[in-house]
Amino acid sequence: MSFLLACPNCGPRDVNEFHCQGEVTIRPKASPSRRELSEYLYFRRNVAGVQREWWYHRMGCEAWFLAERDTRTNEVLSTELPE
Amino acid sequence: MRLDPRPGERIDRSEPIRFTFEGKLVEGFAGDTIGSALYAGGRRVFSRSFKYHRPRGLLCCSGACPNCMMEVDGVPNVRVCVAPAHEGAVVKAQNVRGSLERDLMAATDKFGGPFTPVGFYYRTMIRPRAAWPLFEKFLRSAAGLGTIDKHARRTGRYDVEHRHADVLVIGGGSAGLEAARAAAASGEHVVVVDENAPRGDAPGGLELLAPATALGIYEGGLVPVAAGRILYKVRAKRIVVATGALEQPVIFPGNDLVGIVLPEAVRRLVHDFSIRPGEKAVVLAADDDALAIADDLRDAGTQVLEVVDLRNGPHRISASGTKGRLNGVGVEGVRYNCDLVVASGGRQPAYSLLAQAGATVAYDEGRGVFVPRDLPANVEAVGSVTGEGTGSIAPAKTLLGDKTFVCLCEDVTEKDVKRAIAEGFDSIELAKRYTTVTMGPCQGRLCHLASVRMYARETKQGEDAIGTTTARPPWSPVELGLLAGRPHEPGKRTSIHHRHKEAGATMMWTGSWRRPHSYGDPAAEARAVHESAGLIDVSTLGKLVVRGPEAAVFLERIYPNRFADLKPGRIRYAVLGTDGGRIMDDGTVARIDDETFYVTTTSTGAEGVIEWFEWWNAIWKLDLSIVDVTGAVAAVNLAGPQARELLGPLTDVDLAPDAFKYLDAKQGKVAGVPTLLLRIGFVGELGYELHFPSPHGETVWDALAATGATPFGLEPQRILRLEKMHVLIGQDTDSESNALEASMPWIVKFEKDEFVGKWALEHVQERGMRDRLVGFEMQNGSVPPEGGAVVRDGRLAGRVTSARFSEQLGRAIGLAWVPEELAVEDADITLRVSAGLERAKVRLRPFFDPEGERLRS
Ligand code: FES
Repeated sequence: MSFLLACPNCGPRDVNEFHCQGEVTIRPKASPSRRELSEYLYFRRNVAGVQREWWYHRMGCEAWFLAERDTRTNEVLSTELPE
Repeated sequence: MRLDPRPGERIDRSEPIRFTFEGKLVEGFAGDTIGSALYAGGRRVFSRSFKYHRPRGLLCCSGACPNCMMEVDGVPNVRVCVAPAHEGAVVKAQNVRGSLERDLMAATDKFGGPFTPVGFYYRTMIRPRAAWPLFEKFLRSAAGLGTIDKHARRTGRYDVEHRHADVLVIGGGSAGLEAARAAAASGEHVVVVDENAPRGDAPGGLELLAPATALGIYEGGLVPVAAGRILYKVRAKRIVVATGALEQPVIFPGNDLVGIVLPEAVRRLVHDFSIRPGEKAVVLAADDDALAIADDLRDAGTQVLEVVDLRNGPHRISASGTKGRLNGVGVEGVRYNCDLVVASGGRQPAYSLLAQAGATVAYDEGRGVFVPRDLPANVEAVGSVTGEGTGSIAPAKTLLGDKTFVCLCEDVTEKDVKRAIAEGFDSIELAKRYTTVTMGPCQGRLCHLASVRMYARETKQGEDAIGTTTARPPWSPVELGLLAGRPHEPGKRTSIHHRHKEAGATMMWTGSWRRPHSYGDPAAEARAVHESAGLIDVSTLGKLVVRGPEAAVFLERIYPNRFADLKPGRIRYAVLGTDGGRIMDDGTVARIDDETFYVTTTSTGAEGVIEWFEWWNAIWKLDLSIVDVTGAVAAVNLAGPQARELLGPLTDVDLAPDAFKYLDAKQGKVAGVPTLLLRIGFVGELGYELHFPSPHGETVWDALAATGATPFGLEPQRILRLEKMHVLIGQDTDSESNALEASMPWIVKFEKDEFVGKWALEHVQERGMRDRLVGFEMQNGSVPPEGGAVVRDGRLAGRVTSARFSEQLGRAIGLAWVPEELAVEDADITLRVSAGLERAKVRLRPFFDPEGERLRS
């Protein structure tokens, strides 16, 4: 991987400065059933296409942000701080 | 051999350069390459081939082939034809036993044929199995390129530099420079990369990287450029590829003999280095440029016996030689006695970088070459790499015979290719892997087109149907040191580091930290902690300040145990878990005031914990801030029965047992330095962990050492904590361990409404424990290996995670994961120790001071 990613604080930087936490998941609200829990923990949509994911600017401002990335081309369509 | 001075030559005759080749003196001039100086001195054999150890000489003289690789100053595989000669260089031949002229391994050429056929890696010598190690040893030393000196120390630094530009031009030939100048004229910042050493200054307005090689075009338009000991990572808005075209060898029997060269070799030898390449020559060429080489030869005083235009139909060609050196060539039945054949089958666009960038590569029927098409956005091609002015001839059937080499790097002959096809390797991608054509140092520059051609002919298909193999970086060989570069994450030292060195500590790595393993005698250091007092540098602990109105809520939610009810001035042990219930780190949490918590983590977990905290709060958005003070704060632990007496005179804090209790946190001064004192006991004795600004590291350390406390390292600490059954995260736990099974159920407060990992731990509780982390005591004193097996009924039932001999207890002790049924005090377990099995008893309570009286004293 050698694409650039625009950190909402620092601007475009080499992808190696970041840590990707994977696609955004939804944490169950109340006590989940076993199935719901394992789906939350272990199942990912793993799309071939645009995906929303968490990124952390490890070697920079240490902020977490959300990015929309096309997993087929690594094109980053947008980045934003959570809300 | 050297001609009289000529206009435009690269050498400076006023500046002689002397170096050695195989211990013998070689003389050249400034501006010479090692190869040109050797050639001027009469050397013709430069290497022995990969498999058959056939003599090989300069072929391209431009760094594109495998023929001139030597060891220079200990670095193997240097292409001496382009490596500048320098004073005192030590040059050696490689891949030979004996000398280049008399290589003992050359027997493989005569007799090795049946043993080293195509694909021999995959099928010869694999039986009998037991003999393989022997065969392997032989093969490894017989086949191959240079050797690496395994004992060589680092000889210099490599670095990475980042470059940003509007335009990157790869290739400094006429087309490349023209594009560069045009871009510069319109005000763009232009970087030009060229393989050859620059002549004079770079043209105005351009940044020139030369001699340098673009290794590839990666995703996102990243172009790594190797330039000596610097790897430039260039990012440009626009990339212009002007890599030109590559002269292709002509394929005929005997085409690898020393004395058969490409036209470019003649151009460079004559014009750059003023050397007469040979005495009598024959020119075989397929384009006007190459045919014109005859004039250069005559100019240099070489007698040109014949010029053959290969475009005029197929010719029967074959070369002959003695001891690997050319002595004549036959063309259409006419023999010419000569020492030089300049042979060029045309020029093939050097499209590899474009293909890597995403261009498609198509066969151009008219020109007989592969050309790049459909360039991706922001990538352009100019000059002959587009196919402009290139062309190549197909080898005719009649040309071929024995010792006809398709691939010089890997010694693959026409016969080998035919055999591979007969064996069913009929796709070019498979054939590449089986025959290894194109996989050698030239990366297909001189053999790709020829092998595709041969495939097309043998399988009776068009070249377009055969297609090309995938182009992958690196396009040129690159030193591993350059790829490794300088480490990005530097080693870390605590502010007390030099004191440890002065005290003679043996240092070890823990994560990126350097820490004392011990100061020479781990057992004595552990004894000092039990009997008097010890001192250990724990500055490497991760340290965070979590502060804000909702700091307590945050910790309450992120940890399985309680923190909302923690009183200011008190400390609690903390285990951090994931939503999967897995343990990720541990440490302590001290409440400083209502809104401020001081959190410590393991030495290697600090960065991960900060990231984890920040992530959860990016979701929860609680009102608090998280500050990493790991580097800003140093810490030492003073522990032992005398700790109170020794620390007393140095501090204004009241250390009386009632005033400063176990798990209290107090602020005050130690040796005049503002300090946070934490009374905790990782090593099992009365102890104070002192946290203070790291610039005062040596001051505080010296003051404590002066009291007579014994410095102790990590190894004695590991013995001491094991006596207390204190778990080391990552050593005794792994990514599957949860707090319940790691025997810390008291840490998990299920009555809390919510915390990270609650649901998964509830599930563990419901299904019941499967394995448990327990202590064990060896029956006979032998120490089992860490990672060793717990055996039940002859089968693997668990594993040992820590084991040490404790002098204090006079026994070998440890921690191990065992099946739940065995997690009972006094249960018998069997452990594998070296070859045999040894018995041990399960222990559930700390081996040393089980009631914790000494901690609380
Ligand atoms: S002769 Fe040096 S690389 Fe070809």
